[in-house]
Amino acid sequence: MCTYLTDTLAVRASAKGPQGWFAAERATVYFDHPVHLGDEHSLNVDLLGAGALPARVGLELDASSALALARAVLSTLATAPDGLVPSVVAEQARALLAGVPA
Amino acid sequence: MYDAMLAETVRITGHGGDQIEAYLARPLDAHPVGGVVVIHHLPGYDLQTKEIVRRFAAEGYAAILPNLYSREAPGASPDDAAAIARAQGGVPDERLVGDVAGAADALRALTNANGKVATIGYCSGGRQSFLAACSLRLDAAVDCYGAFVVRTPPAESPLRVTPLLDIAGDLSCPLLGLFGAEDAYPSPEEVAELDRALTDLGKAHEFHTYPGAGHAFFAVNRPSYRPEAATDGWARILSFFATQLAS
Repeated sequence: MCTYLTDTLAVRASAKGPQGWFAAERATVYFDHPVHLGDEHSLNVDLLGAGALPARVGLELDASSALALARAVLSTLATAPDGLVPSVVAEQARALLAGVPA
Repeated sequence: MYDAMLAETVRITGHGGDQIEAYLARPLDAHPVGGVVVIHHLPGYDLQTKEIVRRFAAEGYAAILPNLYSREAPGASPDDAAAIARAQGGVPDERLVGDVAGAADALRALTNANGKVATIGYCSGGRQSFLAACSLRLDAAVDCYGAFVVRTPPAESPLRVTPLLDIAGDLSCPLLGLFGAEDAYPSPEEVAELDRALTDLGKAHEFHTYPGAGHAFFAVNRPSYRPEAATDGWARILSFFATQLAS
């Protein structure tokens, strides 16, 4: 099926695409048909730059890989040395991680 | 039998007078031929949909595929264009109708056109094929597993689409619908609801739902491909067009 479900969020990030590095301003996250991964559905992330024809970096992950990646991101934020990550972010990461059993 | 055909990228006049990209394939035979507007799926103006356009030309129809993402992402690769269009909420209905009208006009203007035009669409294009057939004067329409004809998208979806049942009475031509029994968008219940509504309205339509098939069973490059359903579906489409688009 086409799920059409899409989460769109503003981000402050840099990404590297075919034309080199660019400033990403938006991300979309959705579970739908992949273009390249050989599965019927995948967890897809697009990082999009600014402008009318934005640069893009796309990711297509199978569901287990997406969960593992999400857990690794949260774990990295939660366990970074004191002072490197804003404390409110680290606390939220620890709280979210506690709710995601390994 | 002379079977030469030409397939090429062209520019057509779409909604609002905009010049948009399209892929046109047509038999070079001088005999009059019907036309088919192919409406691509949400993943975009891709190689596989262009193959469908060439198949119609090989079967004796002039077929055209408007790039519905021409404005958002001119020149971009299909997957980039689809991602950008998704982030912007998809294609507005009014613009879709204008682009299909422009594509149909381009087909009618061909020197060997017989004046008859159908639409066929896949996935989101299935809904858009139905929308076009309720908004334009057409000779036939095919809806391949289009969702949100009778129901609204999930609240989380950025797609700005609405159900179309309220305009079903304006359906201008016979409709062929091809669906998968294991699809959820549209679900078999949704298909049955549309079937009942069209019957109540006295609109000519023919629906087939394939067991063992889900969404996108025509998509040869995806695991969802179901050869038996796709082969039977192609036969039904060609039979339908042979009747509805005959000179």
